[in-house]
Amino acid sequence: MATRAKKSPARSAQTSAAKAPKPIEFTKEQELEAYRQMLLIRRFEEKAGQLYGMGFIGGFCHLYIGQEAVVTGMQMSLKEGDQNITGYRDHGHMLACGMSPRGVMAELTGRRGGLSKGKGGSMHMFSKEKHFYGGHGIVGAQVSLGTGLAFANRYRDNGNVSLAYFGDGAANQGQVYESFNMASLWKLPVVYIIENNRYAMGTSVSRASAETDFSKRGLSFNIPGIQVDGMDVRAVNAAGEEATAWARSGKGPMILEMQTYRYRGHSMSDPAKYRSKDEVQKMRSDHDPIEQVKNRLIEKGWSTEDDLKKIDKDVRDIVADAADFAQSDPEPDASELYTDILL
Amino acid sequence: MPVDILMPALSPTMEEGKLSKWLKKEGDKVTSGDILAEIETDKATMEVEAVDEGTIGKILVAEGTDGVKVNTVIAVLLGDGESADDAAAPKADASAKAEAAPAQAEPEAPKQETAPEKTSVPAAPKTEVAADPDIPAGTEMVSTTVREALRDAMAEEMRRDDSVFVMGEEVAEYQGAYKITQGLLDEFGPRRVVDTPITEHGFAGVGVGAAMTGLRPIVEFMTFNFAMQAIDQILNSAAKTLYMSGGQMGAPMVFRGPSGAASRVAAQHSQCYAAWYSHIPGLKVVMPYSAADAKGLLKAAIRDPNPVIFLENEILYGHSFDVPKLDDFVLPIGKARIHKKGKDVTLVSFGIGMNYTVKAEVELAKMGIDAEIIDLRTIRPMDIPTVVESVKKTGRLVTIEEGYPQSSVGTEIATRVMQQAFDYLDAPILTIAGKDVPMPYAANLEKLALPNIQEIIDAVKAVTYTA
Repeated sequence: MATRAKKSPARSAQTSAAKAPKPIEFTKEQELEAYRQMLLIRRFEEKAGQLYGMGFIGGFCHLYIGQEAVVTGMQMSLKEGDQNITGYRDHGHMLACGMSPRGVMAELTGRRGGLSKGKGGSMHMFSKEKHFYGGHGIVGAQVSLGTGLAFANRYRDNGNVSLAYFGDGAANQGQVYESFNMASLWKLPVVYIIENNRYAMGTSVSRASAETDFSKRGLSFNIPGIQVDGMDVRAVNAAGEEATAWARSGKGPMILEMQTYRYRGHSMSDPAKYRSKDEVQKMRSDHDPIEQVKNRLIEKGWSTEDDLKKIDKDVRDIVADAADFAQSDPEPDASELYTDILL
Repeated sequence: MPVDILMPALSPTMEEGKLSKWLKKEGDKVTSGDILAEIETDKATMEVEAVDEGTIGKILVAEGTDGVKVNTVIAVLLGDGESADDAAAPKADASAKAEAAPAQAEPEAPKQETAPEKTSVPAAPKTEVAADPDIPAGTEMVSTTVREALRDAMAEEMRRDDSVFVMGEEVAEYQGAYKITQGLLDEFGPRRVVDTPITEHGFAGVGVGAAMTGLRPIVEFMTFNFAMQAIDQILNSAAKTLYMSGGQMGAPMVFRGPSGAASRVAAQHSQCYAAWYSHIPGLKVVMPYSAADAKGLLKAAIRDPNPVIFLENEILYGHSFDVPKLDDFVLPIGKARIHKKGKDVTLVSFGIGMNYTVKAEVELAKMGIDAEIIDLRTIRPMDIPTVVESVKKTGRLVTIEEGYPQSSVGTEIATRVMQQAFDYLDAPILTIAGKDVPMPYAANLEKLALPNIQEIIDAVKAVTYTA
């Protein structure tokens, strides 16, 4: 099972639609930016998991732990005005877009200071200002919507690109291919990012997909695709630079298959019995996206352990502040029940 | 400061669980992400991960303990330089924290034993809808088909606002499967008149995505039967985004096309979607009958900042009505139109249902029954005040539509009138609808499946107690 993701990136790339670009060598500033961003997502999600356990967060809560390099590397390749849209595992994307940790956490706890005034929850947050279009709970719906964002960019001729994120599970939905067809037909500026974390809830890729190389999923629509080591933020960024440049130049969509891994269950109530503890442990110890950056920073002498501890403390403070706010902020006023239904 | 490790809720419904196994012991160092223990929830065995770093100072709940309430302190984590003594007397419990948490986390008595909460649900807001604009005396009336009126409405709005565009199957080069978009490609070009592949689910989603950025798409479905493939995007994406985003963004757009039976097109191409979409908060649903209403309401729908379902009818496309020749004729969404005043009985219909109703009225007049006809025009929001006012006068109500009878628009009207004007009713409300069957193909059966004029006459005779 999940044989594809276990192959070396180089070998996979030979069978995929296009060759993955070499990871970009990051500058010190880039490494530090990536480290801080990924750490913020990691610590935020750990705290969200804890608040869920305490009963402050209800319903569904899908954590992004393990996949941080994907959204972080992609975000580093964007220009102002480029849009993001994703499914329900969306907290990391929102933080990477610069949405406020307080606003996100308070939405998770269903409070009035949440980004959707407490009316959206974990899966439904949006920000016009940060060009984040949700947060969607119907698997695959964001792919057509994200194609629509690209349609609007082309209509306005504004030079922007939309990033539509979805998982290996969503990649089997019909509207994904309807969208691929239109995006390629009309040369829309959209990058499709398939976050292949090997499991669609509890079903491994090999049990659900006839073609497990997702970079090939656009071939019959003439959409090039690349398999990317989604645990290496530099590889993600390199692919992101290539794909956004491609889409921005009017050549149409590109597919990036990010080979990644989620450490936690599908949602908070998933015991993850469909995979071995060794498999999870191996990813954590050998491929952790944050540890990779940390090791490089130290090996190159760009940061000391103390420098990184300071970043860690800053991040923990931001997350603690968000958690405090999310627990103390009042619930929405009852009058909000009937607002925002129609304009 | 020592950190309390609490019994976590690891499912949306968990209130307590079993602490089956400790994987760390007192004195062990832990870092974020380490597995501390295994617990059994109401659903499964789950691992408890450490969030904070430190040393396990004390384990307070032994492994194997059953019925551990959520948020009980199960262990204490020590930071650098702290000793187990600091944690010897843990704060009474975590209830201070748990208080603010939802009911599932409170260890107290289950809900049903406590007095029912006195939460008052706020009243649904009432919106005033303006009356139709006055048509200045001497305005020229032009006989126009519904088809031309719809085309004119789109063309006028596209001239007025560059963010309006139309997309759908065969809308551009073919000039519209039913010729509603005739001439638009020539005037506005392929940027704004967009032929799509046959891909309803996909292009509905593309339209909603474009609308979320502020464009104003008109998404044409060749028929609303095909919109069944797209209904998820219409309901879950277009209708709910404004609410889910706390008012930050929505979908200012129109989904339009023919709905209901045409002629001999059988079960999959013949059903009325008025009741279906009218169920959904966040949508407006318009279903015009006359050409003037089609024009004025489609212009209003295109300008409306909300998603509007605009239900047309293939048979009505070719019918001609007078349309006022005005530069900008816009009608209010949410306002019924009194088609004909009367005093003996109220007939409420909309769309193609009006076709039967106006013909029945002619026969009723011959019998000396003076019927008032209300054309609902908008299904959601529904103009019940106009219906209630009429029923207060006539004391009798019959509704007419082509859709299926269960949970129909008519049953909704009947419920609301019963609640708001019960004392004024002199007879039970009768609802005439299509029969409770898939549309048959055979000509005779199709005719039987649809409402007919005699059914309306019989219903009116029944509620007016005339033999």
